[in-house]
Amino acid sequence: MKHLVKLGLAAALAVASASSAALAQAPKTLDAVKARGTLSCGVGTGLAGFGQPDDKGAWTGLDVEFCRALAAAIFNDPQKVSFKPLSAKERFTALQSGEIDVLARNSTWTISRDSSLGLAFVATNYYDGQGFMVKKSLGVKSAKELKGASVCVQTGTTTELNLADFFRTNKLEYKPVVFEKNDEVVAAYDAGRCDSMTTDASGLYAERLRMKNPDENIVLPEIISKEPLAPAVRQGDSQWFTIVRWVHFAMLNAEELGVTQKNVDEMLASTNPDIKRMLGKEGDFGKGIGLENDWVVRIIKAVGNYGESYERNVGSGSRLKIDRGLNKQWSQGGLQYAPPIR
Amino acid sequence: MTMTTEQTPRPRSTGETPRRSLSSYIYQRETREIIFQVILVVAIVALFYMIISNATANLRARNIASGFGFLGNVAGFDISQSWISYSNVSTYGRAFMVGLWNTVILAAIGIFFTTILGFTVGIARLSSNWLIAKIATIYVEVVRNCPLLLQMFLWYFAVLKQLPEPLSRVDGVVKSTSYALPGGMLLNTRGLFTPKPEWLPGAEFILYALIVAIIGTVLMARWAKARQMATGQPFPVFLTGAAAIIGLPLLTYFIMGRPVQFEYPELGRFNLSGGFVMLPEFVAVLLGLVFYTASYIAEIVRAGIVGVSKGQKEAAMAIGLSKGQTLRLVVVPQAMRIIIPPLTSNYLNLTKNSSLGGAVGYPDMTQVAGTINNQTGQAIETILMLMGVYLTISLLTSAFMNWFNKRMALVER
Ligand SMILES: N[C@@H](CCC(=O)N[C@@H](CS)C(=O)NCC(=O)O)C(=O)O
Repeated sequence: MKHLVKLGLAAALAVASASSAALAQAPKTLDAVKARGTLSCGVGTGLAGFGQPDDKGAWTGLDVEFCRALAAAIFNDPQKVSFKPLSAKERFTALQSGEIDVLARNSTWTISRDSSLGLAFVATNYYDGQGFMVKKSLGVKSAKELKGASVCVQTGTTTELNLADFFRTNKLEYKPVVFEKNDEVVAAYDAGRCDSMTTDASGLYAERLRMKNPDENIVLPEIISKEPLAPAVRQGDSQWFTIVRWVHFAMLNAEELGVTQKNVDEMLASTNPDIKRMLGKEGDFGKGIGLENDWVVRIIKAVGNYGESYERNVGSGSRLKIDRGLNKQWSQGGLQYAPPIR
Repeated sequence: MTMTTEQTPRPRSTGETPRRSLSSYIYQRETREIIFQVILVVAIVALFYMIISNATANLRARNIASGFGFLGNVAGFDISQSWISYSNVSTYGRAFMVGLWNTVILAAIGIFFTTILGFTVGIARLSSNWLIAKIATIYVEVVRNCPLLLQMFLWYFAVLKQLPEPLSRVDGVVKSTSYALPGGMLLNTRGLFTPKPEWLPGAEFILYALIVAIIGTVLMARWAKARQMATGQPFPVFLTGAAAIIGLPLLTYFIMGRPVQFEYPELGRFNLSGGFVMLPEFVAVLLGLVFYTASYIAEIVRAGIVGVSKGQKEAAMAIGLSKGQTLRLVVVPQAMRIIIPPLTSNYLNLTKNSSLGGAVGYPDMTQVAGTINNQTGQAIETILMLMGVYLTISLLTSAFMNWFNKRMALVER
């Protein structure tokens, strides 16, 4: 019994000191990442184009490259990332608890996630919207015809909420079939358990490739929601928030200024003042956010600019072949608009 | 909590009345034990206080909402199976209750079937028929050694793939493609559809008839036992009772002019509509739980039967009881007292394992709570609620089984 008492007191003391320590200093994520030597990045369990391990186990995708860009900016090495595959349900807890430093996992930016979940979304790296996929053989042309249909959906997503809203506002009844893991959603839909499957349109295009017969499935024209997909960090560390946000802006600015993975070395000699500032030839902008001044050079060398990363992962250079659409630069009629580096 | 290593100082026998100082109290074993207990309790309370205040402080520092207020907010998501009324405009609290009922009902049905299967297989393992015994052994060895989650996936996806879609559409002609089963039941990828009874006026008499039949059977059983005690004459209680319980309501049904009608599932745009549906997710989880848990129960039953001494059986045979009677009247009642305690823990396991159901899309309590957690971010609150409910279910189950065990123990003479 004496031992028990000692144990109890020791535990109490440990908790007490830990709690005061936790409150005394706001955790500096950048220092923690540097000390650890790798960035811990939360990604999906496997969604083509966004985050998926290839046959050699190397992660690829738009969100994955975002983390690689961040690692390059910090360590000058895009490989210094450890990827944590997370289901929709697990992802926010993993970020809250500090298991990951950044979540780049096609997650929709919403006010509740930005407030009560204690997250901070940095910037939209993919503008998306929710759609429906059905078997061609059903002869359905519009989501409004889905009255009485069974719909497969993943839990812990905005998707399941939009789905409920859509059918309620259109006064249609439907039968939800809800799974925790995306793989089960796809498998169940493919096995004929559901008439339709719903998620972000980008996700539908990605998952269609996994079906037994991709061509037998079509994506319906309706987009029923706004899904601004954005990387997120924990609240309370504004330095880290700024770094992560500016990695996205740097990739956008590089595209706008025509700086690519190929020409970045030549561009170092450019006389354009915007390019000089961006690439660290002028000013102390990198140091200003806690990095080195050549941070953008590192990013572009590692993954290229936003347009390159887009085309390689989800656009014309990929199997998904998704049109740039809303994700074009603002100057091309899209929504991607980065504040200037100056 | 005996402290054998400490010696209790005895009062010295010096002849004069022992005047005891404070320190002598401290050296007394009882006093010290009390002091230690108090310290321990204080330490534990302090520990919990610190954990809680630390957690709330950290949550506040990270801007994560806390408290149970969210339970009154609108949930916004739908749930595929619900025994109580629920829609996506119901509250999170209501959603949790839907999950709770889904878990309780799944567990209750699971326990019922796993008991039957487990006892059957356990007895089969001891069968003198080589083939039956071998099949039972193989079943136990295979099922017990595969992870339950895997088995649920197997039941779900392997079986789902074999089933037909509800309908086919060839050149605009819609045809039903479900398997037709006896009794108007239909089976397809969307589940097992059965006719749903609709109660018309007069149907309540069927219920009354059932109640009367059950009470009658109980009384008859008492009378039969008393008579057997007195005269030694047995009476076929089981057959008579079964006949009454089935026959009387059936008779009332016809006398009242068939007041129960059935709503049959019909072909809709995508699927059958109407009738009563058993979802494939439910069936997969149920089959997984039943087969898995039964493989453990079978072993417990076998051990229980083997544990009854051989002499008992031989004595029963010697007084002329049949094989079945020996098993039913002599062996099983004595085996029960060995079987019940481990049986209880398997019932509890089944209940807790039902939380794997979410993996194949069954909206059990854990799955729904997970969704609530994800939408609200209130992990600590939802986990506390889950823990509270599982603990309550487990304690209630053990309390009931303890009571049952006591009753069974009396049977032994
Ligand atoms: N954007 C939605 C949905 C995101 C989501 O989880 N989508 C699924 C289907 S495309 C997915 O990526 N699943 C991959 C996984 O679970 O690993 C949200 O943030 O709630």
